[in-house]
Order: sequence, then structure tokens, then C-alpha cells
Amino acid sequence: MMFNKRTSPYVTGKQDVSVIMRQVLYALVPGTLVLIWYFGWGMISNLLLAIVFAELLEWGMLTLRQRPVRPFLSDYSAVVTAWLLAVAMPAFAPWWLIALAMVFAVVIAKHLYGGLGYNPFNPAMIGYAAMLVSYPVQMTIWPAPLDFSFAHIGLGQAVQQVFAGGSQSWDALTAATPLDAVKVNLGLHKTLNEIYANGQFGLLAGQAWQWVSVAWLLGGLWLLWQRIISWHIPVALLGSLTLMAGIFWMINPQVYSSPLFHLFSGAAMLGAFFIATDPVSASTTPLGKLYYAGGIGAFTYIIRTWGGYPDAVAFSVIMLNMAVPLIDYYTQPRVYGTKRQQG
Amino acid sequence: MIQTLRKLWRNPGGLHLDYHKEISNTKPVVHVPLADELIIPLQQHTGYKPTLTVAVGDYVYKGQEIASHTGFMKVPVHASTSGTITAIEERPIAHPSGLSDLCVVLKPDGKDDWGNTRLSPYPDYTQVDGETLRLRICAAGIVGMGGAVFPSAIKLNVHDNIPIETLVINGAECEPYITCDDMLMREQPEEILRGVQIMMHIINTQHALIGIEDNKPEAIATMQAAVASLGERRIEIAAIPTLYPSGSEKQLIKILTGKEVPSGGRPAQVGIVCHNPATARAIYRAVVLGEPLIDRYLTVTGKGVAEPCNLEVPLGTPVQHLIEQAGGYTAAAKRLAMGGPMMGISLQSDQIPAVKATNCILVSDVAETEQQTALPCIRCGRCAESCPASLLPQQLYWYARSRDFDKAEQYHLFDCIECGCCAYVCPSHIKLVDYYRFAKAEIRSQREAKAKADLARERHEFHLERIERAKREKAEKLAKHKEQAKTNTDDGKKAAIQAALERAKAKKADAAAAQTANGETSA
Ligand code: SF4
Ligand code: SF4
Repeated sequence: MMFNKRTSPYVTGKQDVSVIMRQVLYALVPGTLVLIWYFGWGMISNLLLAIVFAELLEWGMLTLRQRPVRPFLSDYSAVVTAWLLAVAMPAFAPWWLIALAMVFAVVIAKHLYGGLGYNPFNPAMIGYAAMLVSYPVQMTIWPAPLDFSFAHIGLGQAVQQVFAGGSQSWDALTAATPLDAVKVNLGLHKTLNEIYANGQFGLLAGQAWQWVSVAWLLGGLWLLWQRIISWHIPVALLGSLTLMAGIFWMINPQVYSSPLFHLFSGAAMLGAFFIATDPVSASTTPLGKLYYAGGIGAFTYIIRTWGGYPDAVAFSVIMLNMAVPLIDYYTQPRVYGTKRQQG
Repeated sequence: MIQTLRKLWRNPGGLHLDYHKEISNTKPVVHVPLADELIIPLQQHTGYKPTLTVAVGDYVYKGQEIASHTGFMKVPVHASTSGTITAIEERPIAHPSGLSDLCVVLKPDGKDDWGNTRLSPYPDYTQVDGETLRLRICAAGIVGMGGAVFPSAIKLNVHDNIPIETLVINGAECEPYITCDDMLMREQPEEILRGVQIMMHIINTQHALIGIEDNKPEAIATMQAAVASLGERRIEIAAIPTLYPSGSEKQLIKILTGKEVPSGGRPAQVGIVCHNPATARAIYRAVVLGEPLIDRYLTVTGKGVAEPCNLEVPLGTPVQHLIEQAGGYTAAAKRLAMGGPMMGISLQSDQIPAVKATNCILVSDVAETEQQTALPCIRCGRCAESCPASLLPQQLYWYARSRDFDKAEQYHLFDCIECGCCAYVCPSHIKLVDYYRFAKAEIRSQREAKAKADLARERHEFHLERIERAKREKAEKLAKHKEQAKTNTDDGKKAAIQAALERAKAKKADAAAAQTANGETSA
């Protein structure tokens, strides 16, 4: 009997890029549901638009680059990028803002750098940061979170907001995000106690935002449990953010928000479990992951506190992405049978 | 079960695999009846090919040497049974690239006649010195039977400046499916232990550690009982956690002793010698019974054979014959490999013989076409997490692919043991190990080419140098001649003048003397 030749190993594990990406999508569900609870149609339109644009662009780029379309389109990596962008964009973001963000993410950050696996920067964060820099006004108008938001902003109003660019009654419904509110009011020389007194803040941080963050945390813990991500990045990112916030908070709690506030408002949880953990653009060695994520946490705190933007996870991630080759080089693990080398 | 409490060390990486051991380890091992034809490759070890000592048409006895071992890194080969040599020719052998090699084809006469080819036994090996025993081990054709087939006698040749602390016996058998060492330890514990004692005598050590993965409780218990009944206090059985690839020599040494074999080095450098249980048994049989290595335990298994089993096989038996012993192929038979699913060599045909290195024939049901297409590396780092050598497989892959071999070497390409863990876990289904094999082969051939070029250049330079020297010497000689000629002529002139002067002086003196004499006479 004759057989085909192949090289070992002849068995492979069950993990697969598409399986991993799907797990990430599952883990995003709780946080997304909470967002939908508070922002209703606004979050749903964000998601649908982002995914449609992402897949279209992915298909277009694969065709242009003459790559096999099917295995790549079915790897879900574009969906993950789209989803991450959708939940980071303000609810009811106009369609063109999302389209443009996806162009930056999929076309520029991903495919122009060689496609899946070759992009040095996190595509979703490039899309987000590009929009934040180019359209700061549109990017910071968040509708005020209201319980069960479908009731407050109806479908018609939502469609109008997304496709026709808003209406008169809209301004009354918007509100600054908690990080934004703190930043602006601190600028007006109010103390944190005075700022917190306005009722926009809840148990942990901003009222709606704290629950969104808790839901991201839950999804992230599930990813850890499923071994989709390792503990290094979330622990180092949240750890360094907590440490920085803790030190300054102890120095002056009237000017510097508590670590709890930093962890549960803004994108800290989303960043720690879903964004900084993007394997392609993150550091890959165990020690390197600690430095990389620790750096993101520290930069996030610095930009939030002294920089020009209320939240800074996107910028910090991009910044540390740049350092990854260097970090990886200096954090190679010690190889069996060799003496410890550089780093 | 008796358990020794022993501190074990943790090695990084590793995988929990599906072991499938139960499908082949339930029945006792049977000795395979002779096939119609045995194909015995001359080279079954790492090193040089031994010298053929028989010719076509010769009758050979069982155990008779058919290739001898005079020379370094050569191990002899013996006839596995009695019969006639019908051919000496190139036949396909188990090799990753499907090479053929010189084989002796033996037609058994069915008598299984030893004649008087048995080597003279040493019933009391303790009275024999290590050197003699090592010669015997080599003469019996014994090589590492775990698959690496390194000549055992050389491994046992240790130097006095690094005393051997521990003899490690590798009974881990960490590859899925393979159960032949398990069965050997269950059925022949005493022969193994006696072999271990012989080795301890040769390398002069007082401590042996037998590492067995804890998914083989029966083997552990049997071996422990055998140690107890021998009253042997120097040999210790250690149950180690089941984790692929704990049976890799370097990894096992780390787990059992905490020591790491230096990169590019040998275990003896850290005071350890490591052998396989089947090798230990073969040593016992060679020393105490005088039998050369002519058969071995091996596993025939996988979903592609009807009755997976362990067999004791005369070396040279074609794989096809072994498959028949295991009930033949099933309809699911899609791929054939020698060795386990992680590191085995894929075989194209079942006309290939079982050799000293063959521990397993695996017929699997996974077809080539079921392989997923490889996606780009997403740098997820899973490969690095699983690597038992703490390498960065994705970097090695990157550099091997871009043919940046210097970089690949900097990232310790040659410390890769090709265990396949990285390729197993890769979610992009990249055949990582293939890239490492490719890079290693390229680097080796580049090195060889460079060595050759260096040699050629050296020769050329030497040639030029010789011409140059010849010229120089000629010139020097010439110069010397001239010089000499010059001095010669100078001296000649002076001497001539001197001589002339002297002659003149003498004349004068003669004349004066004549005058005086004349005057005297005249006076
Ligand atoms: S496991 Fe595969 S995809 Fe992941 S880093 Fe390694 S080579 Fe790349
Ligand atoms: S094959 Fe090599 S690189 Fe891959 S896990 Fe094994 S030792 Fe590491």
C-alpha cells in the first residue's frame, strides 16, 4: 500500500484563528448588551454599520491584493476590529464617521501594512484615534445614558441622527462622559467632591459607565478562563493604572481621582482585556507583555491627568505598539541550556 | 503502588495531548513470525556506515555479523535469523526525505539457527572492566533504541574528569500512541534493571534514576517491585507528570535533576548519562547472554490498523508484515508513519523495514487533504508558551521564512528539538517545524559549502604560496650564488695577489740566499 508523505506533527490542536476571534466576540457580548441598555438604537446602529463597512472593506482589499478571500473573510478578524470600534465610538455616531474610521482601521492600519498578522498598530485604535484627532466634536458627543434608552430615543430619531446629522432636540440629550466631566470641571478649579456631587456619578465611577466596565471585566475574565488571552497584559495594564492613580490620589484626593474611578470609567477595562491584548500588535514574550501593558497603563494615566484628551487608552496603545519590536528584542526568554542573555 | 517522594523540576512549555495509549497496551507482546524476506539496512545508527562482510549467496547464521565496525562511530549489524543473502542493494528506508540506502536482503531458512555465533557471555560482568564491556556493547550492535540511535558504547565512554553522578533511564515514553517501552517495562523489568546495573558498573556511578510518566502506573509498579526484589538501593523509580515532551532527553534530565544540558553540549558535561530501557535490556542480553541486537519491541497502532498491539520484531521485517500481524489495514488507513504523531517520519510505502530506531508504526486516519490552509502568523505567542526549550518559535519562523539564517541562529534555532509543540498549538496552522528543519538543513549545507570553499581557498592559497615560495627560494639561491661567486672571485684575486706577492718574496729571498751563499763561497 502506498501513502502520501507529510511532515510531523501529524496532529494539531483545536485552536484556530477563527475560533479565537469568535471567542473574543462572545466575550464582548455582555459589555455590548449593557451599552445597548443605556444607549439603545445608538449602539445597534454603530455595530451594524461598523461590521458592514469592515467586511466590505476587507473583501475589497483582499480582492485588490489578490488574496484568497474565503479563509481570510471567515477568520472574523475584521469583525472583531469593527466591533471594538463600534463600542468605542459615541452612540448614534453618524454613518460617515464610522465609515471613515473603518477605512483607517481596515485599509490603512491593516491592509496597507500587509494584512492580518503584519500590522504593527492595533487597527481599531488607529481608526479611533484618527477620528478623535480629525473630528473631536463628533467624537465626544455622547448621548446622556438613560435607563432603557430605546424608550427615550426612538428609532426614527436614531435613524435621523445617524444618517441626516442630528436634529434640534439632540443637544438636550447629550452629556459629557465621566472622564470628560471630571477633566473639564477640574479645569474650572472645582474640587472632586464638588464634581461628584452633581449626581452623574455612581458607586464606582460614572453611572452608566461603571456597569459597562464591569461587563467588559466579566467578558475579559471569561477570555482568561478560556485561555484565549494570558493574564500578563490585563494585570499589568490595570496594575500600573491603579498604582499611578493610587499614588496621586493619596497625595491629593481633591484633585486626583481614585484608582477605582480610573478603572471603571472610560476604556480601561475594554483596553486591558480586548484592545491591548490584540496579539498582532502586542508584545509576545511573557516579560515583554508586562512592560508593554504596564506602559499603556502608565501612559493612560498621564494623558488622562495632564494631557489634552479625557481618555487616552487609544493613544497609549498606539504609542506602546511602536515600542513592541524593541521590547520583544530585549525580553527574550532564557533558552534551555543557555546562560541568561540581554534584558 | 509504592511511590518514591522525589523533588521534580518543572520544565517550561509542554502540552497535554490525547494519548491513545490504551488501544495498544492491553495484550501481551508476541514475537513476530519470520517474514519471507528481511531487509537489513547497513546503517542503523548515527555515524559512519559499517563495512559489509558478506556477499550475495552467502549462508548466514542467526546473530552473525553482516557488517563490521572497525573505525570510529561505526556499529556492526547482525543477521536477525539464519538464511541466505539474496541481494545487497539500495532499498527504500525510513528517512524523512524518502531516501534509499544499502541493505542486505536475507531469505530466512526458517531454522532460526544460531550456529555458534553467540558472543562469549560474561555471566559475572562485575569481574570485567568497563572498556571490555563497552567493546562488547559495540560489537553487539547496540544503539539508542529510543529513536536517536546514537552508538551506546560511545555514550558510555565517559571521561574521568567529569564524574557521572546519575544514570538516567528514559522510560517517559511521552509521545501519544507509543506503548512499547511501557510493555517492555511491564514484561522485562529484571532484564532492564540488570542492564542498568551493567551500565552503572561501566560508568562507575552509584545512582540511577528511571523516569516514567505517571500515565503508566503498571510499568511504575512493576519496575518498583523489581527494584525491591533485586534489593537494589542505588536504582530509583521516579513517576513524572504526563506532559509532552517530557521524554525528550534534555527535558527529562531537567525534570529529574534540575540540571540543564548546556546548549550544543552533551549530558555527560553535567554528570549525567541517559539511556532508554530497551537499550538497557539489549545491553544485558549482549553482556550476560552474548546475544547481539537483532530484535526489538515496537508498537503497531492507530485507527488505520485492525488490532493495535505491541510486537517483538526481528530487525529488517517489512512494515507490511507487521501490519498483517496487527490484523491488517482498516478502511480508515490514510497515513503511515514510523514513530509517534508528534515527531515521527512519514512513510510512503509499507515495504520499508523495521530497524533499531523503530519504536512505532502508526497508521492514522487523518488524510493530507484534511489539513487546513495556513493563515499568516497573528503573533499570538501560543507557540512560545508551549515551547519546552523556551524559544520564540514565531521569530524563528519569521527569520527562517525570510532566509535570514544568521538571525535564526541568534534566536537559538539549533536548540529547537523539533518536538512539534509549537506547530500543534498554532491557531494559524503554520507548519512551523518544517521551517526549522529547512533552515537547519540550509545552514548546515551552507556551512559545508563554506568549509569546502575554505578548504579550496586554502589549497589555492597554499598552491600560490608554494609557487611563491619556489620563486622566492630560487631567487634567494640565485642571490646566494652570486654573492658566493662574488666573494669567491674577490677572495681569489686577493689570494692570487697574495700568492704572487709571496712568490715574489720567496724569489727575492731565494736570490738573496744564493748571493750570500755565492759570496760566502767566493769569500
Ligand atoms: S502560534 Fe502560530 S500564529 Fe501564534 S505566534 Fe506562533 S506562529 Fe504565530
Ligand atoms: S519544535 Fe522547536 S521551536 Fe517548536 S516547540 Fe519544539 S523546541 Fe520549541
